[in-house]
Amino acid sequence: MVKTEKEIREILQQVPDPEIPVLTIEDLGILRDVEYIDDKVIIYITPTYSGCPAMDMITVNIKAALQEAGIDNFEVKLVLSPAWTTDWMSDEAKEKLEKYGIAPPRFSDDKSPITCPNCKSENTSLLSQFGSTACKALYRCNDCKEPFDYFKCY
Amino acid sequence: MTPNTDNLVQYVLCYADNAMILGQRLSEWCGHGPALEQDIAITNIALDLIGEARMWYQYAAEFEGNGKTEDDYPYKRVDRQWRNVLLVEQPNGHFGHTIFRQFMFDCFHYYFSLEMMHSNDQRLSEIAAKSNKEASYHLKYSSEWMLRLGNGTDESHQKMQEATDDLYIYFNELFEATPFDESLMGIAPDLSKVKERATLKFNEIMKETSLDIPEVKYPQTGGRKGIHSEHLGYILTELQFLQKTYPNAQW
Repeated sequence: MVKTEKEIREILQQVPDPEIPVLTIEDLGILRDVEYIDDKVIIYITPTYSGCPAMDMITVNIKAALQEAGIDNFEVKLVLSPAWTTDWMSDEAKEKLEKYGIAPPRFSDDKSPITCPNCKSENTSLLSQFGSTACKALYRCNDCKEPFDYFKCY
Repeated sequence: MTPNTDNLVQYVLCYADNAMILGQRLSEWCGHGPALEQDIAITNIALDLIGEARMWYQYAAEFEGNGKTEDDYPYKRVDRQWRNVLLVEQPNGHFGHTIFRQFMFDCFHYYFSLEMMHSNDQRLSEIAAKSNKEASYHLKYSSEWMLRLGNGTDESHQKMQEATDDLYIYFNELFEATPFDESLMGIAPDLSKVKERATLKFNEIMKETSLDIPEVKYPQTGGRKGIHSEHLGYILTELQFLQKTYPNAQW
């Protein structure tokens, strides 16, 4: 049976991000659109950081999820515009991120302090703008003394 | 092929090659950074630049057609066909050299991508919008290190001055029009505007570091026309080793 665009989107919403598996590609705003052009399903995704090595992995995972659902006639297209932004991340996704131990991104115009995901203190300081992956910065909590990742605003 | 297609491809290669060669250079720090955080930071910047280079190369390949792929440009061209500026191929030197080279490039890269966002070529403006977000982090990083080292100890100040004296001669080439700018009105941003804003930022940070900006008698240039320093040959030998040894090897 032919699946609708909505059903396909629901399948793809389950695909996790390879580096932050608590989030899906939908949570991150990587999955932009699903549409049929004639019999072919076109999946539009947008890259996060230009050099993010997870993008190739994500494409492979999307293909696997579609094939598992019996969909063979598809194409994954990369769109650059509008440029991906962390402002697209849902509140629910941000909550999941914080529970996972990564401080969620603030909105781009928000200048409030970064909250420690472990003890919720706002007394934190930046160790390095560049962390363990392209999308994260390294912070330290001055109260509980734990270092933590902050998902950078992009 | 119409001359216009060729001009656009060659123009795109100028900026693809800048990002590619600087990304390759910075990758040499992997495992050798002065501290773990800096090792990670420098290689993160390298990753952003190589990612940016890929976006340019993909566009060039699509535009050129004839079965070209993004890999053909970095792996299958000889040094005289590369169009990067001389700055990005200069050796890493000590950490001060790397930081000063990066700081000059970031001043250019940030304001260039900001201008390029207004290009009439949609794809170029999309690529610029992405790389500008990343360049803003790079510029913040290199500016902070300029201040920290320029105003740090006597030794760090002296090493930064050494880097400035060695590398400042390459600054101006970043803002020289490519041989293709003139034929790409409305597509290629006006580099004199970029230069004005980038120089303002450069001077502001330099003033805070109290480093002397040397007088340049012989500004270095030529990269855009394929006339490079000897360093590029060594970079390409390493970068292209696999493709030269096993032509058309695939993963």
